[in-house]
Amino acid sequence: MDTTTAISIEQLSHHYGDRCALDELSLSINAGEVFVFLGPNGGGKTTLFRVLSTLMPMQQGSVQLLGFDLAAAKQSIRQQIGVVFQSPSLDKKLTVRENILHQAALYGLSGKAAKLRADEMMGQLGIADRASDICEELSGGLRRRVELAKGMIHQPRLLLLDEPSTGLDPGARSSMWEYLQRIRKEQNVTIVLTTHLLEEAEKADRIAILNVGKLVALDTPSLLKQTVGGDTLTISGSDLNGLAEKIQNQFQITAQIVDETLRIETTTGATWVTKLTEAFPEEIDRISLGKPTLEDVFIAKTGHRFWNEGDSA
Amino acid sequence: MSESSFKPVVVNPWNAAWSLCWRELVRFLRQRNRVIGAIGQPILFWLLFGAGMNQTFSEEATGANFLEYYVSGTIMLIVLFTAIFATISIIEDRKEGFLQAVLVAPIPRWSMVLGKVMGGTILAVMQGMLFLILASMITISIGPLEILAILFLLIVIGIGLTSLGFVLAWRMDSTQGFHAIMNLLLMPMWLLSGAFFPVPSILGDSSSGAPSSGDYFMHWIMRCNPLTYAMASLREIMYWGDATAPLPGRGELPSFEVNLTVTLLFALIMFILACRVAREPAEGDLR
Repeated sequence: MDTTTAISIEQLSHHYGDRCALDELSLSINAGEVFVFLGPNGGGKTTLFRVLSTLMPMQQGSVQLLGFDLAAAKQSIRQQIGVVFQSPSLDKKLTVRENILHQAALYGLSGKAAKLRADEMMGQLGIADRASDICEELSGGLRRRVELAKGMIHQPRLLLLDEPSTGLDPGARSSMWEYLQRIRKEQNVTIVLTTHLLEEAEKADRIAILNVGKLVALDTPSLLKQTVGGDTLTISGSDLNGLAEKIQNQFQITAQIVDETLRIETTTGATWVTKLTEAFPEEIDRISLGKPTLEDVFIAKTGHRFWNEGDSA
Repeated sequence: MSESSFKPVVVNPWNAAWSLCWRELVRFLRQRNRVIGAIGQPILFWLLFGAGMNQTFSEEATGANFLEYYVSGTIMLIVLFTAIFATISIIEDRKEGFLQAVLVAPIPRWSMVLGKVMGGTILAVMQGMLFLILASMITISIGPLEILAILFLLIVIGIGLTSLGFVLAWRMDSTQGFHAIMNLLLMPMWLLSGAFFPVPSILGDSSSGAPSSGDYFMHWIMRCNPLTYAMASLREIMYWGDATAPLPGRGELPSFEVNLTVTLLFALIMFILACRVAREPAEGDLR
């Protein structure tokens, strides 16, 4: 077994009826890294999560998880991975401690060992003082901590999380990330998560961008941003098509129309702001200059915005 | 930490099942309305039907008064109701997300089914026994040995019914759907088990005249219902060794041994079936 690779995915496809959710996905995730699957809703992240967490049977392709074949050795994989679901998996009628002890029982811990481990987990996640609270009464942030305690109860080598920040306020989000970074450092746990939040993806070692079931980019956040080029100019105006053509003719640079704006990637953004505003004072309503973001990467790779009309952050 | 510090989990399916079962009990006790619903309604029915039917249910023809006849029927209803409520919770578990963590845990599926079935059975049997003791103070006399035997029998019946409920509930994604099944399948199953009225005679003895085609129909429908045998077993134990016991319809059914065997087989087959369906992913998990 190759100990440096935690997950290797080859030609993985998944269909719901006629709809293709995953389209010949191939990639590999290193042991000990924080890996993010980034994509808009409907990009195929949740399908991928369900397949990797063994919740849903695999249809096509092959996946090796921690050296085990996903199709053949589900049980061995289940023993070594921790899973944190997007929708809560807590029993709301049970207390925090009862929930964690129950999870311990599912993973072969019982009696004193389970109690010790539960106390340890509650201590690590700062919920020891809430041990006897019924989960129904907890805030979203605290519930997510209980979920994390459940997912890590058996000291898995790999932790899978589906949209772990959903519904968390910024404070709860950053304490969750502190915990994830800590277990990665101290226990060398490989952390794989899905998110539709661009700023969250920045915290990863590597990002895979998924769009309609396809892998569109895979790299570290900074290298991904470098592929876009130096700066991004965003222009708004009334006749963008005409403007794009004029810019092309006059300066021989490509301007791309994305939704209601014109985007230009360039290495020397600042000089272009002056040049363009001087050349087309009438056509340009607004022009802005920015360092590339992951959204720019997404646009560059897919030709459309990360958030489609009607989506909301 | 080094790679070697990762200890693969050693799964204990029995312990996991016990934990799932214990969870059912805790949840039940924390939801008071379930306690009332499961035991209150059958007791109310018993008292109302017992009083109301007493004249209609002719003691001369059947040799039994209805209040007494209906004790065992009520026990069966309590066991059925509690078993059903316990299995409806699998739909809620799936909806609320609790089930997904159980499904990706490294436990065999039979362990999950066993936990659910044990939980439902314990609740059903506890309440059935509670009612039995209550009834024994009012209308029937029953010895400690019989009580023990009934306890054993109710456990078997409880396993059969919770497993049946599990099989029905597993693929469902709404509790409304389950209510339809309950009214169309489970309530008739109970009504036609001899709980409410005895199996009609098709022997055509002198007192009741020749059996009608309706009698034949009901007789065989009730004979095909596995719950009929459980019901008969329960009544036989309640009147153990009493050849003149007020048990109308007794002569229509096979011996106690056969009744008990059918009941045991029903529980076993239903449990195996429940384990089998639980291996299939339900559509609700994929949404």
